[in-house]
Amino acid sequence: MANMVRRHTTSARLWRAGLYTLLIVAALVYLLPLVVMLLTSLKPLDDIRAGGLLSLPSTISFEAWSKAWSSACTGMRCDGMSGYFLNSIAIVVPAVAISSFVGALNGYVLTKWRFRGANLCFALLLFGCFVPFQVVLMPMARTLGWLGLASSTSGLVLVHVVYGIAFTTLFFRNYYVSIPDEMIAAAKLDGAGFWRIFWRILLPVSGPIITVTVIWQFTQIWNDFLFGVSFAGFDSQPVTVALNNMVNTSTGVKEYNVDMAAAMIAALPTLVVYVLAGKYFVRGLTAGSVKG
Amino acid sequence: MSALNIRHVNKTFGSTQVLKDISLAIDSGEFLILVGPSGCGKSTLMNTIAGLEPVTSGEIRIGDEDVTWHTPSERDIAMVFQSYALYPSMNVRQNISFGLEMRKMPKAQREEAVSRVAELLQITPLLDRKPSQLSGGQRQRVAMGRALAREPQIYLFDEPLSNLDAKLRVEMRTEIKKLHQRLGTTIVYVTHDQIEAMTLADRIAVMRDGEILQLGTPHEVYNDPVDMFVAGFMGSPSMNFLSVTLVSQASGYALQVHDEEQGGTALTLPWPVERGTQELSARVGEHLILGLRPEHFLEDDAIQETSGEGTRLEVTATVVEPTGADTLLQAWLGGNEVTARLGPKSRVVAGDRVALRADLSRAVLFDEKTQRRLA
Repeated sequence: MANMVRRHTTSARLWRAGLYTLLIVAALVYLLPLVVMLLTSLKPLDDIRAGGLLSLPSTISFEAWSKAWSSACTGMRCDGMSGYFLNSIAIVVPAVAISSFVGALNGYVLTKWRFRGANLCFALLLFGCFVPFQVVLMPMARTLGWLGLASSTSGLVLVHVVYGIAFTTLFFRNYYVSIPDEMIAAAKLDGAGFWRIFWRILLPVSGPIITVTVIWQFTQIWNDFLFGVSFAGFDSQPVTVALNNMVNTSTGVKEYNVDMAAAMIAALPTLVVYVLAGKYFVRGLTAGSVKG
Repeated sequence: MSALNIRHVNKTFGSTQVLKDISLAIDSGEFLILVGPSGCGKSTLMNTIAGLEPVTSGEIRIGDEDVTWHTPSERDIAMVFQSYALYPSMNVRQNISFGLEMRKMPKAQREEAVSRVAELLQITPLLDRKPSQLSGGQRQRVAMGRALAREPQIYLFDEPLSNLDAKLRVEMRTEIKKLHQRLGTTIVYVTHDQIEAMTLADRIAVMRDGEILQLGTPHEVYNDPVDMFVAGFMGSPSMNFLSVTLVSQASGYALQVHDEEQGGTALTLPWPVERGTQELSARVGEHLILGLRPEHFLEDDAIQETSGEGTRLEVTATVVEPTGADTLLQAWLGGNEVTARLGPKSRVVAGDRVALRADLSRAVLFDEKTQRRLA
């Protein structure tokens, strides 16, 4: 706490030095896997066979990245991760958008248009957060088959939306609870109806929670493997499944640099989303609506 | 024709009845204040008028239209909330014109309304700011502007001043009164602050436990309270209640003030002859409650010219609180600690013996058990 009066004695300085050392070491330990991945992905195969994990590459080569993207073999096909990357995007974008929207709507109804049993409804939805993925596999497979959505991108979107609504509702409900009911009452008296209040009053102040929800849902769905491997068809597999197929392939030479590059490619979008949207996390957009 | 007519309105939440058979009529241009302690149902009554809460039974009419089951937006009503409830994502201009836009008023007319209201409330320089960039008093003005722009039949104010600091509250109070006088609007105003009620209202409805105890002008409610609750709630410092026994004397009735510590009678106050009623004769010998407002005591020196008015009392000051405009004095009178309001020139300090006169011509008498007014 820099804004506190403190005595600068020698022992205090030593403590501080020790504390920072510990924190730096911990940070390095956590960064190490990423460093190893990055280094390995940039090395030619010879370097990998010759040296240790942490040795620097003799020449920096992006060949592994380009191979991972466009020509590495995943199972039977040898056209890289690019197609699967696009599959993932085709799943994630609608799934995040729909589940976030439905969550916002649920949160709005559960807090501002309360009905008999709203609390029970919310409790049941909350229960959905604790249902493990594995439990829903069989019933979901039946449902998808019955709906004619088995092995399709739409099917996967549906699965992720259904599974995600519990979380998105929780997020939005807890955020909207803190928005004063008087604001909604004022809008009602001003003549706004259900949807107008949602679009014009509530959504414009939902920035922080939309960000949180989108980051959460994007990360969850992008990183999902189990639903992808269970419900995707041959040409709708997400990038996580493709990565597994590529890395676990048992034929030919093991190309660690390509594996690492592929893993980085698979992980990159979630990092990018976090970096781009993270700064909105902390913004309090409701400031000033009530007494401040 | 009354602007707002509430007939036999009941409201229950679960098994608790929060509004009990409320009937009320407000004339066009009238300023009505609902006042009472928290939990008395005044805010619930306001919400039923606004249509934010359905009534359990009864009828609400605005003008000559039955609006009991109309939605809030279908009633021609605007409301100013305690928390102001401005839309944080919109600037002041948008906040004020939102209600007009929802009512599909053309843009040119909306802009005209916004500038009219902004000028009236002197917020024109703030029109492009967001609520978060405004001070409490400015937000209050915007909230009022939002209501005024719509020009509804009835304005509802839900404790609009209670979030402001003391000085601003007094300023805004005056401003609301001026606005009302200038625009002649019909206003229902909820507050728990009896000073706001006294200063603003044309009529006051004092509420407790979901009932209207008394409905009358500020003067009536203050000087002719129907029971001890109304008497004690209105006025600050509140009315002194003394436990007395009514006795009959040759010259009329008198009140013996009890002294619980020493037992017996501390002093006897003659009851004004002209205020003796038939009902009092049946009560002779009974314990009653005498209500005396602090200003019904006068320092003896102050009224020497008119000596003979009121009853002379000698008391010992226990606490003296100079407020500037006047001096409040607490003293024991029999077994009761009473507060007296003395003039600003009073130089009394705690511990002094003070000669007071009690002016019983404006005092009130209550039944000890029912707490209802007797005389």
